[in-house]
Amino acid sequence: MNTELLGIIASFAITLVIAVPLGKYLANVFAGEKTWTDFLKPFESIIYKLSGINPKEQMTWKQHLKAMLTINSVWLVYGFFVLMYQDKLPLNPDGNAGMSPDLSFNTIISFVVNCNLQHYSGESGLTYFTQQFVIMFLHFTSAATGIAAAVVFFKAFRDKTTTTLGNFWEFFVKSITRLLLPLSLIVGLILAFNGTPTSYEGKDQFISLQGDTVNVSRGPAAGMIAVKHLGTNGGGWFGVNSAHPLENPSYLTNMVEVISQMIIPIAMVLAFGYFIRKRKFAWTIFGVMTIGMFMLLIPTIMSELGGNPAIEKLGISQTIGAMEGKEVRFGPAASAYWSTVTTIISTGSVNSMHDSGMPLSGLWQLLGMMINSFYGGCGVGILNYFIYLIIAVFISGLMVGRTPEFLGHKVEAREVKIAAIITLLSPLLILAGTAIASFVFGSYGDADWAVKPANWLNNPSFHGFSEMLYEMTSSNANNGSGFEGLGDNNIFWNISTGIVLFLGRFLPIIGPIAIAGLLGAKKYIPASAGTLKTDTKTFALMTFAVILVLNALSYFPALALGPLAEYFTMIGLRE
Amino acid sequence: MKKYILQSIRLTLVLMVLLCILYPLTLAFAGKFSKGEGSGEKVTKNGKTVGYALIGQSFTNPEYFWGRPSAVGYNAAGSGGSNKGPSNPDYLQQVSDRVDTLLKYHPYLKKSQIPSDMVTASGSGLDPNISLEGAKIQIKRVAEYRKLDKKQVEKLVEENTEKPLLGLFGPSALNVLKLNLALDELKR
Repeated sequence: MNTELLGIIASFAITLVIAVPLGKYLANVFAGEKTWTDFLKPFESIIYKLSGINPKEQMTWKQHLKAMLTINSVWLVYGFFVLMYQDKLPLNPDGNAGMSPDLSFNTIISFVVNCNLQHYSGESGLTYFTQQFVIMFLHFTSAATGIAAAVVFFKAFRDKTTTTLGNFWEFFVKSITRLLLPLSLIVGLILAFNGTPTSYEGKDQFISLQGDTVNVSRGPAAGMIAVKHLGTNGGGWFGVNSAHPLENPSYLTNMVEVISQMIIPIAMVLAFGYFIRKRKFAWTIFGVMTIGMFMLLIPTIMSELGGNPAIEKLGISQTIGAMEGKEVRFGPAASAYWSTVTTIISTGSVNSMHDSGMPLSGLWQLLGMMINSFYGGCGVGILNYFIYLIIAVFISGLMVGRTPEFLGHKVEAREVKIAAIITLLSPLLILAGTAIASFVFGSYGDADWAVKPANWLNNPSFHGFSEMLYEMTSSNANNGSGFEGLGDNNIFWNISTGIVLFLGRFLPIIGPIAIAGLLGAKKYIPASAGTLKTDTKTFALMTFAVILVLNALSYFPALALGPLAEYFTMIGLRE
Repeated sequence: MKKYILQSIRLTLVLMVLLCILYPLTLAFAGKFSKGEGSGEKVTKNGKTVGYALIGQSFTNPEYFWGRPSAVGYNAAGSGGSNKGPSNPDYLQQVSDRVDTLLKYHPYLKKSQIPSDMVTASGSGLDPNISLEGAKIQIKRVAEYRKLDKKQVEKLVEENTEKPLLGLFGPSALNVLKLNLALDELKR
C-alpha cells in the first residue's frame, strides 16, 4: 500500500485510540468524579482563591452566559490596546511595529472567538510579547471557553429536571488545568525535540552555501503551535502556519499536529454520552459526523492526488499529485487530509495553501466550514450539532405527528425559534458578507484603502470569487484558514470579517445554551412507546438529511459560482 | 455583574502567569537540550554557519542541485506561497516558463519526466526538500558541471534520501542543502 495513504490511515486510527478514552476521562473530570488527575486539585484551589472564585457556587444558564461574556469582553479590550502598542512593549527583538486600529480590531476578535483569521504575518506583524501574552493566551482561554460552554449544555441533560448548571469558572479552569495545559506540554516537547524553536532569540543572519545573505525569523513557537492545534485555534507563529518548516518540521510532527487538533472535538462528543449516561446516543452522533467527514475527505484526496488538469496539459508528470502550495515532506495526500480536518473542525491551521488546491478540494473545504459540526471546534462543534438535532427532532415530530421531545423534554415553539434563527444566521452572514464584498469590488474598485478593492483578488474569474466566499465562510465558521491570496489587510475586510467573526461565535454559543437551559428546566417525561428515539439509525439518518438539505439549500448557488464553475471550466481542458 | 468583572480580571492575570510565563519558559528550558538548543538546528561548513537544516535556500548555480520554486525567493525573514489558483492563466504561463528553463539546463529530459514539485512553488516558500524524482532528473547535469562520475552522484542522492517515517508513513524526500553540502565534500 502507498505510504502516503497509510500515513493518513494511521493518523486517524491514532486519533481514535486517544480520543475515546479521553472522552470518558473528560466526562469524569467535569462531573466531579474521581480521576487520576485529582492531584491537581490543590493547585486549582490556589487559582480560585487568587481570583476570588467559589467553584461550588451554582449558576443558571443566564449566569453562565454572563460570566462567559464578561471575561471575553475583558480580553477584547485588553488585547485591542496591547496589539496596537506592542512596539512600546518588551520582547520585541525584531523591532516590529504596532498594529493599525482596524487590524488590531480584527485580530483581537479573531483570537477571542477561537477563529484565528490572520490578516498579518507573525514574522513581521507581532512581537514575542503579543505572540505569547495575547495570541497564545487566547489559544488556551478561547478553547476553554468553548469547552466550558459545552459542559453547561451537557449539564442541562444529566439530571431529569434542573436549573442549576454548575459553575462556569470551574469548567473553564479545569479545561485548562486538566486538559489543554498538560496535553500542550506533551505536544510542545515533541515539537521542540523535532526542530521547532523554543528560545527567545530574534532573527538570525547567515551566508548561504551559494553566497546569499539570508535572514531567518525564529522565536519561542513550540508552545504556541501545540495549543493552537489542541484548542482548534489554528493561528500560527509564522505567516504560512504549519506549512513553515520550523512550525511543522517533518512528517512525524505533521501527524502529531493533525492528530492533536482532532482529539478534543471527538472526545467532547463521546464525553457527552458518558456525561448524560446515554452512550449509544453519543456514538450515533459520532457515526454521523464520521461519515460526513469521509464524504468530504475521500474526494479531496482524490482530486489532489489526481493533479492539476491544466498542468497535465503542459505535459508535466504529476505522479506525485498537485504540488503548488504544498510541501514535499508532507505530500498531497497528507495535505488533503489536513485540509479536510482543519475545515470540518474549526482549527483553520494549514499545511498547504488552500488557495492553490484543486477546485473541488476548495468546494469540500467550504462545505466543511459551512456545516461546521462534523466534529466541529473545541466544545462548540457539539453545540452546533445540537442545533441540527433540535431541527431534526422538530421535523421528525411533525412527520410522525407527535410532540417533539429531546432527551425527555418537550421541544416547543420558543426552542425551535431559537434554533431556526441560529440556523439562518450562518447563510445570512456568509452570503450577505460575500455579496457586499463583491459589490464593493465591482463598484468601488478605486476606494483609497490600504489595499484597493480592485487589487483584492490574487486570481481572476471564478477562483477570485471563491477567495471572497472563503474568507466570509471561514470567518463565520470561526475557522481561520483562508484563500490567502486575498488582499485582506485593509479596513473593509478587517471590519467586515471582525463583525462576522463576533456574531458567528457568540450567537451560536448563546442559542444552544439557552435552548439547553430552557429544556433542562422543563418537566421530565419518561420515555414511552410514543417517544421518538434519538439514538437510532433512523434518527441519525434524519439528522444527516437535515444537515445536507439545510446546507445545500443555503449555499448551492454561491458554491456554483465559485468552485463548481471553476471545476467545470477546467475539466473542459481535459478534452 | 461587578463581581464577574473583578473575577474575570483576576482570573486573567493568574492564568497569564501560568500560561504565558511558566508554560513557555518550561519549554524553553527543555528546548535547550534539543539539537539546535531551541534556536533552530544549524548547518555548518568549515565551522561557519551556512544555513538551517530545516530552511530551504536558493540554488541557481548549475553545479548544485536545485530546490523548488519559491514565491518569496527563499527569504526566511518571512514566508509565503504563491496562492495562485489552479486555473489562473498567468500562473500557468509561469509554470510553462519554469519547464522551459529546466529543459534548457537538462536538454536530455523529456517533458513527461519532470515531476510537478520542480515546477510549482511550495506552500512556505522555504521548502527544504525535493522529491526523489526531482533529484534524479538533475543528476546528469550536476555530474557534468562538476566533472564527476554520474555513478558517484547517483550514490550520493541515494544516501541522502530520507525514507518515509518508519518506512511506512508519508513520502520520501531529499534535503537539498544537505545533499549539496555532501557534493561539496566530495570535490575535496
